[in-house]
Parts: sequence; structure tokens; C-alpha cells
Amino acid sequence: MLNLQPYADPTYFIYLLLALVPLAIGLYYGKRFVWYEVIVSLLFIFLIFDSGRYIQQGIALIIYMLWETALVAWYTSYRKRANNSWVFYITTFLSILPILAVRIGDTGLFKTQLTLLGFLGISYLTFRTVGTIIETRDGSIKEFSLPLFLRFVLFMPTLSSGPIDRYRHFNQDATVAPSRDKYIEFLGKAVWYFFLGFLYKFILAYGFEHLYSYTQNMAMADASQGWSWWLIGVGYSYGFYLFFDFAGYSLFAVATGYVMGFDVPMNFKQPFRSKNLKDFWNRWHITLSFWFRDFVFMRLVFTMMKNKVFKSRITTSNVAYIVNMLIMGFWHGLTWYYIVYGLFHGVGLVVNDAWLRYKKKHKVPHNKLTEYFAIFLTLNVVMFSLLIFCGFLDKFWFHH
Amino acid sequence: MDVQAEVIEVLNGIIGEDISDQMDDNLFDSGLLDSMATVELLLDLENKFSIQAPVSEFNRDEWDTPNKIIAKVKSLIG
Repeated sequence: MLNLQPYADPTYFIYLLLALVPLAIGLYYGKRFVWYEVIVSLLFIFLIFDSGRYIQQGIALIIYMLWETALVAWYTSYRKRANNSWVFYITTFLSILPILAVRIGDTGLFKTQLTLLGFLGISYLTFRTVGTIIETRDGSIKEFSLPLFLRFVLFMPTLSSGPIDRYRHFNQDATVAPSRDKYIEFLGKAVWYFFLGFLYKFILAYGFEHLYSYTQNMAMADASQGWSWWLIGVGYSYGFYLFFDFAGYSLFAVATGYVMGFDVPMNFKQPFRSKNLKDFWNRWHITLSFWFRDFVFMRLVFTMMKNKVFKSRITTSNVAYIVNMLIMGFWHGLTWYYIVYGLFHGVGLVVNDAWLRYKKKHKVPHNKLTEYFAIFLTLNVVMFSLLIFCGFLDKFWFHH
Repeated sequence: MDVQAEVIEVLNGIIGEDISDQMDDNLFDSGLLDSMATVELLLDLENKFSIQAPVSEFNRDEWDTPNKIIAKVKSLIG
């Protein structure tokens, strides 16, 4: 049976774009054919999960959606009557329960079948759902709409790996067509993004993946000594591979969203030109880091300040940085290297902030040269963190 | 004191410099406001004007200049 993994090979793009032609014509003439969009989306989602080992994931997706939809629908109706904090915490916990179970299953520590609850994209669907619950708690979302909620969470172009949109932002586009000028602009950008994405994902990421595999083999030869100069190569080749692979995928997702008349947020903004770590997180996997900024960091700071947990504003923000990045680490998976990666970035942001404060108080020379140095330093800090993240060190030190 | 002057006072207190001559400057682009300062701003506004401005209502595009912030506060009071 025909099975199509998102953006995996050239035929996918041909099928996808052909299927979207009627929708595009409608949008060009100012009409959004919602039913057509829903049918095409469901078809393409079906084609991800329709054969072999994917069928199990498809079933997991259906169970997951039933669970989350019931939860959000119930919470919205509850929120109209009351606003108890514990009800909110428990609802949020229940909505992350499926991914928590999958992550625990992934560790293999317990003889469970929890991994069977997982499917391609579960963590991204979880971000959308949890964000919706939190905004409902805040009173920013007042009504539950089943069709809108399903279209938002299951939005076909971004199903597997984001970018992570927000419910209210998505809804601005969901029922109306963009103006013709806007749509022509979308189509123009989409063409550019598709081709840039091909370059990133099918040429550059492909090349760096080979380099990554080569440097790993070379490094493994030195594994008994506990150190190898090849590790630097592993970090860099993995970092560039990850960027071109993920940024390439993200360009496809955004471009497809544009063709469908949705203003899907961008995920990367030249991250290797970052001048410091804070700048890096404004440019790297942007929709994830902004999700954490808005739903974890700012709320944590808000609560801590309101209850005057710490006297100092600096302590408050430092604690929030570390908690925020640690949670991000845990989200990637329950392994030592993801958690160390999160902690590394948390501490990195604390140091970065201290430096920015120092710079503000003292006269630190600033010119083109110091700027290049800052970019170079940031790049190396990031690449080191990605060396941790890629998990090779686990193999290198503990399983050789 | 009117709303405008009070909001400027709050902003000056958080930012640590006088912003009354840059009423239409983007405070996030210039680095004067960040997530941390934003939360302080929301808390101060909540105390001063008894308005509820939850974090999820805080859309950066709508709060990025002093004038926009003043307009927002006025709409939340009214």
C-alpha cells in the first residue's frame, strides 16, 4: 500500500502539491475550501500511518487525540464555571501524561509496553494542546470549538515536527482566505522556501550526515583513551547536520502552510550568526524556545515574583533559566545527555546574563572585531552543547 | 497623575533610564525590555492600575513601544 512519510522524498512533494492545487486556486480567488483542506489533510495523515510498523502509531495517534480532545473540551467548560488552580495543574499533568509515559517507556528501565503509546509528532501535538489549556486557564481562549481544535492540533504540514503554532494565531487564518496580495506573497515565499529546503535537507544535511558518521568511526578508534580530537569533528558535523536537516524540514512545513494560506511561524533565523546564547535561542528552533519562554519561563518568573520567593531579581531569573532549560532537556528524552544538555544551556544563559550586566556597568570595548569574536565563541559553545546532545559521548565513554 | 505619566514612570523604573523621548521605539529590539522585565512590567501594572494582564494576553507585537503599552493599559482599564 502507498505509504508517504512527510517530505521524505521527491514523490511526496509531487503528490502534496498536486493535492493542494484546488485549495490554492480557491485561495487565489478569496475562497477557503475548508472541507477540501480537511479531506486532503486527513488523507495525507492516513498515508503516514497506513502500513507496516506505522499502523500501531496511527492507532496511538487516535487514542491520543480522543484523550486530549476530551480533556480540553472538559477543561474549557469547567473554566467557565470555576478557576481552581489544582484543577488546572491536574489537567495540564493529564495532558502531558501520554508523552511522559512514552518517554519513560523509551528508557527501557521498566518492562513496559508504554512506547506503544508513541507516534510521529507526539511531542509537537503535546505543545499545542498544553498551550491551549494554559491560555484557556488565563481566560484568553473562552470557547471550545471541536473542528478548530482538531484542525489546529492535527495541522498536516506541521504534524510531524512543528513549527509549533498557537491556537489563537492559527485561528486567525483558519476560516478566512488571505487577501490576494498576501496570498501571492505567500506563494512567492513558498517557492523560495521549497528550493532552499531541498538544498538544506537533500544536499547539505545529506553531506554532513556522512561526515558525522565518518568522524564517529574515527573517534571510536580512540575510545579506549577516553578522548579523541575527532570528537570536535563529531560535534561540528552533527551540529551542521542537525541544523540543515531540521531547518530544511521546517522550510518545507512553512512553505506548505503558506500554500494552504496559513501564516506558519518560522523556526530558524541564521542561528550560527548569534552574538550570544540568548541571541542563539531567539534564532534556533524558535517556536520551541518561544513556547518555553511564554509558557514556562515567564510564568515561573511571574509566580516567583508575585509570591516574593527570592528577594533578588537576578536569583529569580537565574532559577527560572535553569528550570526552563532543564525541562527542555527532559522533554527531549530521559537520558543523561539530554538532561546535561539542558543544564548546560541553563547555566550558559545565567553566565550570559551576568556578562550582559557586567558589560552594561563597565566600559567594555565594542567593535567589529569583538563582535566576530562573540559570534565565534557562541558558535563553539553551541557546537559543544550539540556534541553532548547527539549522544555520541554515551557510546564513546560507556558502550565502546 | 494621568495614565500616560504613570506608565512612563513604571517603565522608567524597570528600564533604569528615561524613555519619555522614545515613545515609539521598539523596546524589545533595542534590548531595553526582555522576558524578565516584561513580567515586572505586568506585575507593576497589575498593582498600580488593578488590571489583569495575564502572560498569554501579552502579545509582543502589541506591547513593544511605550505608546502601545499606554494604549493597552488604557484599554484594559476602560
